[in-house]
Amino acid sequence: MSSASGMPGYAASSAPTVVIEPSRGFMDLDLMSLYRSWELVYFLAWRDVKVRYKQTAIGIVWAVLQPLATMLIFTLLFSRLSGMPSDGLPYPIFSFAALLPWTFFSQAISRSGSSLVNNAALVTKVYFPRLAIPVAAVLAPIVDFVVTFAILLVMMAYYRISPGWPLLTLPLFLLMSAVTALAVSLWLSALCVRYRDVAVVIPFLLQVWQFLSPIAYPASVVPERWRLLYSLNPIAGVIEGFRWALLGTAMPDLRLLAVSGAAVVVLLVGGVIYFRQTELTFADVV
Amino acid sequence: MGDLAIRIDGLSKRYEIGAIQRRHDTLRDHIVHGFQSLVSRRTQASAGPTEFWALKNITLDVKRGEVLGLIGKNGAGKSTLLKVLSRITVPTTGRAEVYGRLGSLLEVGTGFSPELTGRENIYLNGAIMGMRSAEIDRKFDEIVDFSGIGPFIDTPVKRYSSGMYVRLAFAVAAHLEPEILIIDEVLAVGDAAFQKKCLGKMGDVAKEGRTILFVSHNMAAIQNLCTTGIVLANGDVVFSGSAIDASEHYLSSVSTRRSGLVDLANHPGRTKDSTPVVQSIGLLSNDRHSPYGESVKPGEDLVFEIAYDTGDAVLDNAVLGIHSPLGDRVFTVGARYSSDFRFRMSGRGTLTCRVRGVALAPGEYSVMVAMGSRIQRIDYDTVEDALSFRVETGDFFGTGESLLPGQGHFAVRSEWSMVPVSESVDTLAEA
Repeated sequence: MSSASGMPGYAASSAPTVVIEPSRGFMDLDLMSLYRSWELVYFLAWRDVKVRYKQTAIGIVWAVLQPLATMLIFTLLFSRLSGMPSDGLPYPIFSFAALLPWTFFSQAISRSGSSLVNNAALVTKVYFPRLAIPVAAVLAPIVDFVVTFAILLVMMAYYRISPGWPLLTLPLFLLMSAVTALAVSLWLSALCVRYRDVAVVIPFLLQVWQFLSPIAYPASVVPERWRLLYSLNPIAGVIEGFRWALLGTAMPDLRLLAVSGAAVVVLLVGGVIYFRQTELTFADVV
Repeated sequence: MGDLAIRIDGLSKRYEIGAIQRRHDTLRDHIVHGFQSLVSRRTQASAGPTEFWALKNITLDVKRGEVLGLIGKNGAGKSTLLKVLSRITVPTTGRAEVYGRLGSLLEVGTGFSPELTGRENIYLNGAIMGMRSAEIDRKFDEIVDFSGIGPFIDTPVKRYSSGMYVRLAFAVAAHLEPEILIIDEVLAVGDAAFQKKCLGKMGDVAKEGRTILFVSHNMAAIQNLCTTGIVLANGDVVFSGSAIDASEHYLSSVSTRRSGLVDLANHPGRTKDSTPVVQSIGLLSNDRHSPYGESVKPGEDLVFEIAYDTGDAVLDNAVLGIHSPLGDRVFTVGARYSSDFRFRMSGRGTLTCRVRGVALAPGEYSVMVAMGSRIQRIDYDTVEDALSFRVETGDFFGTGESLLPGQGHFAVRSEWSMVPVSESVDTLAEA
């Protein structure tokens, strides 16, 4: 057996490696431990991706099928039947560019919301930074996003839409949707440990959220006096950003984007604090 | 403090039983309860959750290199203590300091994902337990080798037999190389050869001067592997000392000696789904003065008397299992194994069983009794630990020599002969 070369020399230090106490300080978030276990986050996300499409007949194609089908239904319902405006773009690509971040966001929420409960066996048996579980669940759908993005590129070529320099900002909007998903997930996953109601509410929540986001319609149809309130929904800003970056619609209002960003930050900070405070009792309650 | 591995100071853990019972709270419950408490405060107070202290003010130092056995009945607090130390749950009061990397085998294979292959699960499980992937890369071959999974490494683990599953899981955990290793009853699984391998691995770890906390109900394993031991009961440390003393303290505290004639109504050893049939069991005495005895000498017949009331059932089999002090079955006798047994038991009656010619080594034994039917269920009624008896040190061999503890379960007569090929001069001279 090889010697324990990979571990820090504990003999040199007399300070305890770990102190176990009833509670910790309010602001003791210890995000360093999450950073140190990024490999665990990676493996958990990778497991989620692998397991999801194991023993399916068409595998990753499912990732594309869902937004494509939604796009077709939207095109039929909103464009053909009710004549919804689409910022002067062909309606299919107009809605698909929005469905791309939305599908990622809703996948992330629905997977991570019950992630702690689904990993109860792990949570009650092994210690590791619990944050790794919802973070991994939010990251896993990025694979689906990448595959769907390829379809979008094909559609853009078909409609002869070439993006300009705003394309460079696309990662920022993707990051914003991931951070929003994480912020919401921290609340939902921690709440779900105690209240299983959350698992039931999530599909409904996402349905309502979808209609409150400019997916089937352009944000420009929202009356001016509601715009500020509307932009509290960070996903609205994300979608407008996607359309601007990819399809060259009007640039999102930076002040409204700032409101969206502030909403995300508040949600995220609150979520991290709530999660860290409740995670002490996860193993007892789950 | 340089030689300490774990320092536990006044550690307590409280669970609220009420909260555990309705732990899958729904929001509705909370609203309803909140409303009720508004309406009447008194009912809320009286229906408050009951507390349960799983650990009570535990203070304990574990030295580096110590192999500590944790002993206690189910619910004594062993698992809670391990969960607190491995940071799965937080204590209610008190404090513990852990010096060095701590790895736990609380339940091997919990991080396994059935859909993934053995190879993938090694990486996943390793990461969950805190190994870096470079570290896993380095130890990968060793892990596969130890598990004996070989060609199945790229098969999804859901296709593994349970033995293979556990072997792979233990192999990953055993290569975590923590300074402090926590082991909870992992050795109950796997075949004998693999168990031996695991014990060997634990022995290696101990020899390297690392600290082990070992929980087991197998006192033989505790005595073999551990240097020190503590006995937990109801969340308290009730004994602390050497592993052998601790396990003996535990054994003497749990064996509620029932000997002579034992009434089995309300016997705690009756298994959960038994229908009470066996009324009493007694060991008949070889002594004229009292009908029932507590002890026999090696080689004497064991005569058991079993009173039964089958009610409406018709049973045709009875089994006695004799257990050693460490809890393993020494032998089994069954009515059906006897060629002249042709009875059917219905209603009330008495069975007598004479076990001939078995010379048990001196010590304490306990008897499991079961009655049943071959056609329906063999274990219609099972009572574990129904009766205990002692085998005294007797002059079985007729030489004045007797077996020592640890020399096996049976006293067996043997005949020896010798064929000298060449004898030394000294012996000849003596003769």
